Amino acid sequence: MPYDERLVAPMRAELTRIGVKELKTVADVDAVLGDPEGVQLVFVNSVCGCAAGAARPGLAMALGQGVRPSAVYSVFAGQDLDATARARSYFADYQPSSPSVALLRDGEVVYFLHRHQIEGRGPDAIAGDLKRAFEEHCGAPR
Amino acid sequence: MGHVFHPGHEELHGVTVLVKGNAGQVWVGRYHERTARGVVMRDVAAFDAEGGESVEAWLRKQLKFGVKITHRTLVVPSSDAASIDRLVDVDPSQVR
Repeated sequence: MPYDERLVAPMRAELTRIGVKELKTVADVDAVLGDPEGVQLVFVNSVCGCAAGAARPGLAMALGQGVRPSAVYSVFAGQDLDATARARSYFADYQPSSPSVALLRDGEVVYFLHRHQIEGRGPDAIAGDLKRAFEEHCGAPR
Repeated sequence: MGHVFHPGHEELHGVTVLVKGNAGQVWVGRYHERTARGVVMRDVAAFDAEGGESVEAWLRKQLKFGVKITHRTLVVPSSDAASIDRLVDVDPSQVR
């Protein structure tokens, strides 16, 4: 059952204030992932501690400088259920976990950061993993 | 490493681990706690030694595509748990 929206609003804002576009409906998801272009990042947000302590700040650090995906989106697992399920259908070979990060180039998954790679690690380590993935898959610096 | 997000729990609580059994069993799942009954795990994938796949190939699949859950909760008796390691620290080629 989803948490009270007042509780999760700051968890959404932590991403939207750094330019991440939230996908809250199936239509939102299909509009961007159904017509893929360039490198798209999908962050599967979560209320859990490793999202707050590592994944969200790690993503913010990784997006802060250098190369980055052409578009960055998030869905909120456990909150926006339909949108999350739809987003996961675009990377269906990968087991669902949250938080997690999918990087897609022209609709194909080129990198996936699972929850098990986030748990127990700090934001610096997560940012490092993401930066390496961006450098490998996202082309020239802005 | 070492961030504990669940005060009052063991450091591994909530972390995905690989548990090796004394008789060659391998389980991957989130460590919950160790009780008198054994190691309690959540969202567990169990290696099927009879399935024809090597444990290395099976582990590489779990690492790349995520943990394919077969048991929501599993208790590995303490007497069967030979080792517990964080999944991210595991080298699949070294698991026998």
